[in-house]
Amino acid sequence: MNRGARRRAISAVFSAACAASVLLALLPLALILFYLLQKGIGALEWSFLFHNPKPVGEPGGGFANAIVGTLVLLGLAAVFAVPVGVIAGLYVAEYRGTRFANWVRFAADALNGVPSIVVGIFAYSVAVMPVRRFSALAGGFALGVMMIPIIARTTEELLRLVPESLRDGALALGATRAKAAWSVVLPAALPGILTGILVALARIAGETAPLLFTAFGNRFFSTRLDQPIAALTVQIYTYAVSPYEDWHRQAWAGAFLLVVVVFVLSVIARLATRRLERMHG
Amino acid sequence: MSSPKLPLFRRRRPRADDAFFRVATGAVAAVVILLAAAIAFELLRNSKLSIAKFGLKFWTGTIWDPVSGEFGAYPFLWGTLYSSILALLVAGPIAIGIAVFISELAPHWMRRPLAFLTELLAAIPSIVYGLWGVFVLVPLIRRLEVGMPESIRKLPIFSGPPVGVGMLAAVMILSIMVIPFSSAVAREVLRAVPGSQREAAYALGATRFEAIRAVLFHGRTGVIGALLLGLGRALGETMAVTMVIGNNPKASLSLFAPQHTMAAVLANEFTEAADDLYLNALVEIGLVLFVVTLIVNALSRLLIWSLESGSRVKPRAAEPVPATGSEAA
Amino acid sequence: MRFSRLLITAGALAALAFPAPAQTNRINGAGATFPYPIYSKWFTEYNKLHPEVEINYQSIGSGGGIRQLTNRTVFFGATDGPMTKDQLLAAAGPVLHLPTVLGAVVPVYNITGVDAELKFTGPVLADIFMGKIAKWNDPAIVKLNPGVNLPGNDITIVHRSDGSGTTYIFADYLGKVSPEWKKTVGIATSLNWPGGVGAKGNEGVAGLVKQTPGAIGYVELIYALQNKIDFGSVQNLAGEFVRASLDSVTKAAAATKGKMPPDFRVSITNAPGAGVYPISSFTWLLYYQNPKDKRAGKAMVDFMRWALADGQKYCADLGYAPLPAEVVAMEMEALKKIRL
Repeated sequence: MNRGARRRAISAVFSAACAASVLLALLPLALILFYLLQKGIGALEWSFLFHNPKPVGEPGGGFANAIVGTLVLLGLAAVFAVPVGVIAGLYVAEYRGTRFANWVRFAADALNGVPSIVVGIFAYSVAVMPVRRFSALAGGFALGVMMIPIIARTTEELLRLVPESLRDGALALGATRAKAAWSVVLPAALPGILTGILVALARIAGETAPLLFTAFGNRFFSTRLDQPIAALTVQIYTYAVSPYEDWHRQAWAGAFLLVVVVFVLSVIARLATRRLERMHG
Repeated sequence: MSSPKLPLFRRRRPRADDAFFRVATGAVAAVVILLAAAIAFELLRNSKLSIAKFGLKFWTGTIWDPVSGEFGAYPFLWGTLYSSILALLVAGPIAIGIAVFISELAPHWMRRPLAFLTELLAAIPSIVYGLWGVFVLVPLIRRLEVGMPESIRKLPIFSGPPVGVGMLAAVMILSIMVIPFSSAVAREVLRAVPGSQREAAYALGATRFEAIRAVLFHGRTGVIGALLLGLGRALGETMAVTMVIGNNPKASLSLFAPQHTMAAVLANEFTEAADDLYLNALVEIGLVLFVVTLIVNALSRLLIWSLESGSRVKPRAAEPVPATGSEAA
Repeated sequence: MRFSRLLITAGALAALAFPAPAQTNRINGAGATFPYPIYSKWFTEYNKLHPEVEINYQSIGSGGGIRQLTNRTVFFGATDGPMTKDQLLAAAGPVLHLPTVLGAVVPVYNITGVDAELKFTGPVLADIFMGKIAKWNDPAIVKLNPGVNLPGNDITIVHRSDGSGTTYIFADYLGKVSPEWKKTVGIATSLNWPGGVGAKGNEGVAGLVKQTPGAIGYVELIYALQNKIDFGSVQNLAGEFVRASLDSVTKAAAATKGKMPPDFRVSITNAPGAGVYPISSFTWLLYYQNPKDKRAGKAMVDFMRWALADGQKYCADLGYAPLPAEVVAMEMEALKKIRL
């Protein structure tokens, strides 16, 4: 084989290998989704969605408290993380290059990399021990800490993308720097920021570890912020490691539900991003 | 033509307005710094006893005995590094392959859907990976172990009873979880490489492979950064690992042996560490995990950044790229 | 009449006519997985009787129960291994141990091709779990089980990865029958196991043993029954090979007749007597004698009185043995110690 043919052959093999790696990655995805569908959809029934847990061995228990609990926790996390994250991102975008902004950036990156189990430990000593109780607030705090860096980074990047002309126009019309940033640039980036928030929510909706030591779990239906609260992820985990068939079924149903929610949020976020890209060109 | 409404007060004190804005937003931004510092502080504070008592021997000791108060974290360090590095070795080439395929080889209409599908892998919560691992992967591995010929089972890397749970299961799940992160970033890195590099290669008569090789070489720091990002993710992963790794604090070379990781021992034993030394030992593990992940992620970001700022490509709209490292639930 | 006065009167009348619903009394507890099936039944049944009392119990292991009680993040704890003197000292105040039910820890195993009930002695069990007996067809096991075709594959030990009262009970028994166990491994809720695989909770161990051929583990009786896992009989102090059952466990508790210490911290493993199952144990709920939340305290005391009387009737179905009458009487007295 001459050199030319050999080089082409190598290239062909390489391309095939790359294609194969795509298939290799998509294979587990398909397997997992298929398994979820198979095991989960059967158990996704009325009692699962609207009943609360029953004692072990009794049929008919459900995940109603966990579904609501996850919503409460996501809401708490968002209330904490969205203002902090957006404003932090705004600050870094506005005052780029200053030492303080660099510190904020570094801190956000550090927060982003903290393993969620460590966030859980932190939240236990800061939000549970001082008040001597497990609570939805502590769980929301832990999740919020994980959301903040994601939102801050998205906000900062989006603000940087807003065309300078918009800002310059506002300034030319006599707005202060503050006003330009707050009332002109930020609203322009808002759709993207909302997308970033959706992405962050999708991420933390699937977290389990930080909730183990904070929200604690609750067998009863509860929306009280100062009491332990059930969460979809924690309840799935508890049921999955149990020896009861009925609980395993419910765990799969819960997992299915969770994945559907996360996927839907991710899809919406992606579609929104694509529309934004088309708008901004 | 309508003019934008401007506040009245700005006519009087524009400087104060700006100063107030800066201070107010700065104060909120400071919360981020405060949180990061607080985490580091709390970790240090709650691990003092253990650091004082054991020093560096903590990380070489192999006995983890809560009864006698002897704590050696080597098995967890081993388990974390072994599982993460192996996962990276498996996932790395695949991630790069995917990145190359999507950004260089695939027809245009395929690119978006493929990118979307690989990102879906990242969206699957860790607990779901754990479930699938326990009910599907572990039995499969057990069958594999039982079916393996005796001669291979004698090798240290394949020795051990066919339990199913163990290092292999953990490595496989970690690889799957790491792929989307590394490949998404690698894709960005490849996009950031100037088109001129490719064009020059083709102009010189390169094959597809050779041109891509040149591009990869140009973006090598970024690609390494992408791989490091995946490593950071694997290091902190908790739930999926603890459900399939066997939770046995004994370091072993064998892929089939049940082992333990730093994140998994925290999840298992934190709520019950009955005495202070035990708790401090656990928090010390958390501290080191935090520091190691921090370094790996910082390094990764540095490498990725150096490439992106080197090229004059405008950063794209923030894609919902799965955020780094910490989805370690 | 002035309008505001009319309003106030109307409001007062309305308040009398429609009393505000009783505020829910939410009480949190944590601890042992061993009694979780019966506790979850009890708390649900009690909630049916008293809808305003919600007792939320999370089974995180006995070690967790003790720790969280000490940290005062939960109102009560639950454990199968009584608190040690050090742990009692570390608590925020005097802690009461109140036994609730009796249970048994059984050796579960999964051996392909073997359906028979295996016989074990204490020393043999200790050696297996210490790793000294490594294969199923070891002479020591074969000698106890003539006629059973034991295969030659390795024994895989499954133990608890979390702090467990079940571990404590098992280790307590092994410590009594094997001096070497007592010296090298010890007795506690978390042990330095010589080998094997760790699983979380009774549930985890049951699940893993069920799925792993060649495995042996230890779980509370109900987990073996509900999962339909084979479990063996164990030789008691009198030399008989006894299988765990309500009857044999109740006989073990009878050994405390007249000898129950006032703080209820007693071990009934390896108890003397005929028909006794040697790995039996009480399981306790832990309460502060002087709780800060008096309302929760009242509710829990009332709950205890119900559990010690009516609650006991749920035991049999779930595989637990009810408390001896003498112990119940002592506890009703001891409940008065809780300052409300």
